[in-house]
Amino acid sequence: MSRLKLWLPLAAFAFFVGLAAYMLFTPRDTAVASALVGKQVPDFELPAASSARPGVSIADLTNGQPKLLNIWASWCVPCIAEAPQLETLESAGIPIVGVAIRDSGEDVDRFLDTHGNPYTRIGADDISQVQLSIGSSGVPETFVVDGSGTITYQHIGDIRPEHVPLLIEEWRKAGGR
Amino acid sequence: MIAELGFAALWMAAALAVLQLVSAALSLREEGRQMAALVRPAAIVQGALATTSFVILLVLFAQTDLSVKLVATHSHTAKPFLYKLTGAWGNHEGSMLLWVAVMALSGALIAKIEHRLPERTTLATLGAQGFIGVGFYAFLLFSSNPFERLPVPASEGLGLNPLLQDIGLAFHPPTLYIGYVGLSVAFSFAVGALLTRQVTPDFARAMRAWVLGAWVFLTLGITAGSYWAYYELGWGGYWFWDPVENASLMPWLAATALLHSVSVLASRNALRTWTIMLGVVAFSMSMLGTFLVRSGILTSVHAFAVDPERGSFILVLLTIYIGSALVLFALRAGSIAEGERFAVTSREGALVFNNVMLSAILAIVLLGTLYPLLAEAFGARVSVGPPYFNPVGAIFTFPMLAVMAVGPLLRWRDDSWSRISRPLALIAAVCIVALLIAVVNGPIGILPLLGLVFAAGLAVASFAPLRGRRLRRVPVATWGMIFAHFGIAVALFGMASEAAFSDEELAALAPGDSAVVGPWSVTLDEVEPVAGPNWTALQAGFSARVGDGAPVTLNPQARSYWSPAQETTESALATRWNGQLYAVLGNRAEDGRWQVRLWWKPFVTLIWYGGVLIALGGVLAIIGWIRADYRKRWMAERLARHREAST
Repeated sequence: MSRLKLWLPLAAFAFFVGLAAYMLFTPRDTAVASALVGKQVPDFELPAASSARPGVSIADLTNGQPKLLNIWASWCVPCIAEAPQLETLESAGIPIVGVAIRDSGEDVDRFLDTHGNPYTRIGADDISQVQLSIGSSGVPETFVVDGSGTITYQHIGDIRPEHVPLLIEEWRKAGGR
Repeated sequence: MIAELGFAALWMAAALAVLQLVSAALSLREEGRQMAALVRPAAIVQGALATTSFVILLVLFAQTDLSVKLVATHSHTAKPFLYKLTGAWGNHEGSMLLWVAVMALSGALIAKIEHRLPERTTLATLGAQGFIGVGFYAFLLFSSNPFERLPVPASEGLGLNPLLQDIGLAFHPPTLYIGYVGLSVAFSFAVGALLTRQVTPDFARAMRAWVLGAWVFLTLGITAGSYWAYYELGWGGYWFWDPVENASLMPWLAATALLHSVSVLASRNALRTWTIMLGVVAFSMSMLGTFLVRSGILTSVHAFAVDPERGSFILVLLTIYIGSALVLFALRAGSIAEGERFAVTSREGALVFNNVMLSAILAIVLLGTLYPLLAEAFGARVSVGPPYFNPVGAIFTFPMLAVMAVGPLLRWRDDSWSRISRPLALIAAVCIVALLIAVVNGPIGILPLLGLVFAAGLAVASFAPLRGRRLRRVPVATWGMIFAHFGIAVALFGMASEAAFSDEELAALAPGDSAVVGPWSVTLDEVEPVAGPNWTALQAGFSARVGDGAPVTLNPQARSYWSPAQETTESALATRWNGQLYAVLGNRAEDGRWQVRLWWKPFVTLIWYGGVLIALGGVLAIIGWIRADYRKRWMAERLARHREAST
């Protein structure tokens, strides 16, 4: 075996290390493209989760008016962090429909009293029927739904202040004004 | 208090690893001879301390001590006890601690039992172990402390990723880890032998058990992981060429090649530099796998505990270990003679061929795994999947399988084809019959067809080395080889059969409706909510039957865990001798019918039975070698005593 050949593995390895180091320190595009964007929200009907607001059905999402569909729960800690941003979005004139996952009426009322109530309607999804059918994997999650009931954008996790302009923009793109 | 004890034990173990490294390094020089006495005790105490530290972490998880950050972020009081324990390694910090604990224990074991090699080589090996250990301890102590306390104890834990709450996956990472760590021991042996230029058959025999042990654990880990991905992720396949899957396949391929070349070195004193090189490569692949999984540098569906900062730390460790080993190799390998010569048509020749094929497959998988990274560096986004891996891998796999069938029939050093013409004719006949049966049954793809034919041929060929031998006198290690090779044939048959004959049915069913898949008629009886200890689910009740047979109940679920909130799909399986019926409950359609996915996968279970057989073969080989070693030593002692008596 020639001497030079013995250094080849090291050269290949050095190339890999260089590449890996370069990639580690290059900012990545981490946007998640959801499989559900462009799909229709399936038919559903949920009873009211709170005495303060009526329940939700598919008819509320297909009445020509673009909305945010917020999946949340009173027992969810990030949902508390998200509440002020939902208020901001509501005051910007965006209708928000809530779906409360595995919750009780009293807990929902208590949550709304403490953290504000930006919702026009809140459905009670006790067996995660709606959550499962629109591909939500946890709480909180927010969907932008256009006037015909088609999902145009999915936001996973809590809405932080920096996401607010983005969601307003997405709602406008879905036909909101 | 107890968490601080664990942390203190970890610090002391780290200090001993430094001592082990320094004393071993000094002892290799003339003037530092007296330091040699420190190396073995340091390794043994280090093993005890690292193990203590890990046991303390297990206790913290068992008690759900929520004042410890790691427990609070990865456990929950409502979790089943078993998963509280497995939560200890179901995260980055805990799994790294498990890694160093197993590594330190291996070092202690070498220090305790290894007395066959020249003392200098053993000490150099332990020094290399210390060298690797120091980096991992630094990683744990400075960047991933598992014993960190929270300023205020949490009132409740965040839980464990529900995907990990599964018996298969609870034991899959530690199994793989033990395999990875076993390869680190092989690496240390290779470095030790390079340092002292003692690449001998004795060295190969000392290294062999570690390589084989690591390989058995890797095989079992991969088998368990593959079955888990099949029933938990609903991948419905056996190999997806996901980067994280490849991260465990690459060390396995390298270990398989190493295993065979170390056998040649042990019994024939050939392939010296090649064995050393593979020893370095095998551990490099474990480190590379860890790096890819932990750094998030590649996108994968199941890269857990991803963090670029940790990624850079592992990259630094990887650079130091592998880089210095490769420099050492380049400097020293030229001075290591290649060893005994042999003819092309010989057992060695077949093993070299297979080594080259395995290395080629490894290179292909490595290239395919890293290519997206390379492309992304140049601004392109590509994903490399089965269309690349399957055909390109097959180019090298099938010739390898052919030689694998023939190789064990050949004699060492030199042989002729005419001597083995009769078993060759038998194997060829079996292949032709299999080909005819497969073709008559209808058209299937070329790769599944080749798979079925080669599986049949290899299955028969595996037992051919028994020809003309008295079964009771066949060495245990030979039985090991037979089982392992037969296991490959069995797994290959399972994969080919699954690829060729699977039947899939995607149906929308209302309760009372039926669907047909393969020989099964499946009726949806109901869909009901059910609740578990930390989840709720929608559960379907299917009754499935073949012809007029008794119905089998299948209950697939769509589960929602609430801490952390996550949905998982629990498939339901009905296992028969000739395959598995696989059912998944999907979404509810607008008209109220349920989307249902059904598969009939003929002989799919053979994939995992094959994996278990392969591992069993490895276990038999270890037992055989250890027994042969003992017998040899016993004979030598008796001979010495006999000589003494006669003089």
